[in-house]
Amino acid sequence: MNIRNTLLGCTTALMALAGVAQADTVRIGIAAEPYPPFAAPTASGEWEGWEVEIISAVCAAAELDCEIVPVAWDGIIPSLTGNQIDAIMASMSITDERLQTIDFSDPYYNTPSVIVADISADFDASPAGLAGKILGVQASTTHQSYAQSYFIDSEIRIYQTQDEANQDLVAGRIDATQADSLAMVDFIASDMGGCCKIVGPVAHDNAILGLGIGAGVRKGDAELLAALNVGIAAIIANGTHAEITSRYFTSSILAE
Amino acid sequence: MSSFRAFLMPHRIVMFLLFVALVIWCAVSLRWDWLPKYMPLAIQGIWTTLILLVASLVFGFLLAVPLGLAQAVGPWYLAWPARAFCTVIRGTPLLLQIWLLYYGLGSVFPYIDGIRDSVLWPYLRLAWPYAILALTLSFAGYEGEVMRGAFLSVRKGELEAARAFGMPRFMVFRRIWLPLAIRNVLPTLGGETILQLKATPLVATITVVEIFSVSSRVRQDTFIIYEPLLLLAVVYMVIAGIIALAFKFIETRVPTQR
Amino acid sequence: MEAIFEWLGIGDSVQLLSLSAPGWGMNLLRGLANSLQIALGAFGFGLIIGLFGAYGKLNGGPIIRDLLAIYTTVVRAVPELVLILILYYIGTDLINQLATAWGYGRVEISGVAAGIWVLGIVQGAYATEILRGAMLAVPTGQIEAARAYGMRPLQVMRRVTLPLMLSFAIPGLANLWLIATKDTALLAVVGFSELTLETKQAASSTRAYFTFFLAAGALYLMVTLLSSVLFSRIEKWARRGQPSMRGGGG
Repeated sequence: MNIRNTLLGCTTALMALAGVAQADTVRIGIAAEPYPPFAAPTASGEWEGWEVEIISAVCAAAELDCEIVPVAWDGIIPSLTGNQIDAIMASMSITDERLQTIDFSDPYYNTPSVIVADISADFDASPAGLAGKILGVQASTTHQSYAQSYFIDSEIRIYQTQDEANQDLVAGRIDATQADSLAMVDFIASDMGGCCKIVGPVAHDNAILGLGIGAGVRKGDAELLAALNVGIAAIIANGTHAEITSRYFTSSILAE
Repeated sequence: MSSFRAFLMPHRIVMFLLFVALVIWCAVSLRWDWLPKYMPLAIQGIWTTLILLVASLVFGFLLAVPLGLAQAVGPWYLAWPARAFCTVIRGTPLLLQIWLLYYGLGSVFPYIDGIRDSVLWPYLRLAWPYAILALTLSFAGYEGEVMRGAFLSVRKGELEAARAFGMPRFMVFRRIWLPLAIRNVLPTLGGETILQLKATPLVATITVVEIFSVSSRVRQDTFIIYEPLLLLAVVYMVIAGIIALAFKFIETRVPTQR
Repeated sequence: MEAIFEWLGIGDSVQLLSLSAPGWGMNLLRGLANSLQIALGAFGFGLIIGLFGAYGKLNGGPIIRDLLAIYTTVVRAVPELVLILILYYIGTDLINQLATAWGYGRVEISGVAAGIWVLGIVQGAYATEILRGAMLAVPTGQIEAARAYGMRPLQVMRRVTLPLMLSFAIPGLANLWLIATKDTALLAVVGFSELTLETKQAASSTRAYFTFFLAAGALYLMVTLLSSVLFSRIEKWARRGQPSMRGGGG
C-alpha cells in the first residue's frame, strides 16, 4: 500500500519535473553545429547569422511567436517527427527522400553545391577529377548523398559537422570537401580558409541536391506550413529577404 | 543447484518463452528492409571495432605494466610522471582526449613545413592511428592504476624466495611477479576489457568507420530510429558476452591461491 | 598580471579564455555548470534506482531478481553512447505519448532533464551492483537483531542497513561519481550544451584548439581532484566509530 502510493507520487513528481507545458510558441529547430554565415554561436551564447535573421523575419511576417532551439543535425528530423520541435529551418534541402518523411515550405534560398580544395589543387569538380582523392562531407546532407552516388572512385570521409571537414581540409587530411557554396565562400574568406579555393560547382542533380532550401514541418501540419509560406512570400515581396541578404552576401540567393 | 536446473525453474521458462516471442515479434513487425543493403558495411564496421579493441588492449597493456611497476616500486622521478599520467587520463573524459589528439594535432599541421612531403604523411592523414593512440593511452592510464595495485598485492615472500633461488631480477619479474600480479587482478581486467569495448564508439566522432558509425549512417540515410540502434546494442552485447566468457574460461584455467 | 602572461607567451590564450566577451571563458564555465548539474542529477537519480535495485536483488522474488539482472547486464554491456541515444528517443517518445493520451499538449523536455534521465538510468545499473555488494557486507547479526526488535523492513533499512553499508559503499560511489562527471561529455555527441561541446565550439571558432582543450581538461581535473578529496572526507565520516585498520592487519 505504502510502496504503491510512494511510487505513484514519484511518477507524478517526475512528470512534473520533466516540465509539462502548454506550448504556444513555435519551436524552430536549427543545427546545434555552427554553420556560418547562416547560423553560428557567438561568445555570449546567442546565435547569429543570415538564417537566424530570416527566421525572425519570417516569424514576424507570419505573426508567429517563434523560439529558436538548437538540435544536433543528425537527429533533427527525428526531433521534428517526435514533437521536440515544430519546424526545421537549418539550411535543409528539399529532397524526394526527405519529402517521404516530412513536408517542406516554399524554398527560401537555393545555392549550388561546390567542391573546395587546397589552393594548389589542379583537378576539377568532376568524378574524374576527384578519382583517387579523399573527399570530406558532412553527415546527413545532400552533399553526402551526391558524393556517395557520383564520386565512387574517391574515398569519402563523413564528418559530423562541416566545420570539422573544413579543419581537416586545412590540416591536409582530406584533399577536398563538398558543401554549400555560400558557406564555402564564407569559409574561404575567413582566416582559416586562406589555404583553400573553390574549385567549382558540381554537376547539378535535382533529385539528390534538391530544389532549394525550405522549412521542414511535420507531415500534415498544414496550418504551420501555410503560415510559414505566407511569411516567406511576405519577406520576399517586401524586400526584407533582399535586405538581409545584402548584409551577408554579394548577390541574391533566392530560388529561381 | 546446477545452472541448467536453475534455468528450468518455471518462471525462467516463462521468461525465456516471452523473450523468444519478443524476438519473433521484432523480426516480423519492425523494419529490417535496410539490412541487405548495409550488411557488408556493417560487417566491415564490426571488424574495425574488433581491431580497435584488440590493438588498444594489447598496446595499452604493454604500456600499463611499466606504468604500474614505476608507481609501485619505482624511484620518484619515474613514479611521479607515471602517477601524473594516470591521474590526467583518468580525470578527463575520453572524448576530450580523442578530440584533442585528432583536431588539436591537425591544427598544427599547416604550421609544420615539409610535413606533406614526409614519409609519415599518409598515416597522419588517416583517422585510425589517432583512434588507436587515444584508446591505447586511455587503457594504459586506467590499467596503470590497476597494475599498481596488482604488483603491490603479490606476497613479498614469493619474490624473496625467488631471489633466494638466485634468479636474476628480470627473471623474477617475468616468471613470478608479473604472472602472479595478473592472476590477482584477472577479474578486474575482464571488467576493464568490457569497459574498453564500450569506449570504442567514441572514435566514430573522428570519422573512423566502426559499427556505431555504420549504425548512425543507416539512421541518417533511412530516418529509421530504433531498429539500427537495437541491432547495434545486440552486437555489443554479443561481443561483451564473448569477452566475459573468455575471461571466465581463463579464470578457471588459472589456479587462484588464497 | 597581463604582463606575466605576455612574457610567458600565452597572452593570446589567456585573452581567449577571459570571462567576458569576446573571451570564451564564460561559455566554458556555463558548460561546466551544465555538466555538473547533469552529473549531480544523474548521480542522485542513479542512487535512488540503485537503492531500489539492490534491495530488490537481495530481497525480491525470483522474477524481480531476474529482471534486475537483465537490467544491470544490458546497461553494463552496451556502450553509454548507444544507451544515451536509445533512452533519449524512447524517453521523449514515451513522454509525448503519455502527454497526448492524458490530454496535455506537447511537453518541453530540457536538455538537462533529458541528460539526467539518460545518464541516471546508466548510473542506476552500476549503483545497484555497488549498493548490493555494500548491503551484503553489513553483518547479518545486526539485521537479525533489528528484526528481533520488531522493526518493519523500512525501519530496518533506514536505521540499520543504510548507515552501516555507507562505509562499504563510499569507495564505489566515489568512482561512480567520477564516471558520471566524465560521461556528461558523451552528451556532446547528441548536441547537449555541456563543457566538452562548448570547448569544441570555442576551439573551432577561434582555432585555438590546445588552449581550449587544455583548459577544459584542467577544469575536469579540478572537479575530479576536488571530488576525490571530498569523498575521502565523507568516507572518514562514514567510518566513524569503526575500528581503524591502521597498524593492524598482516
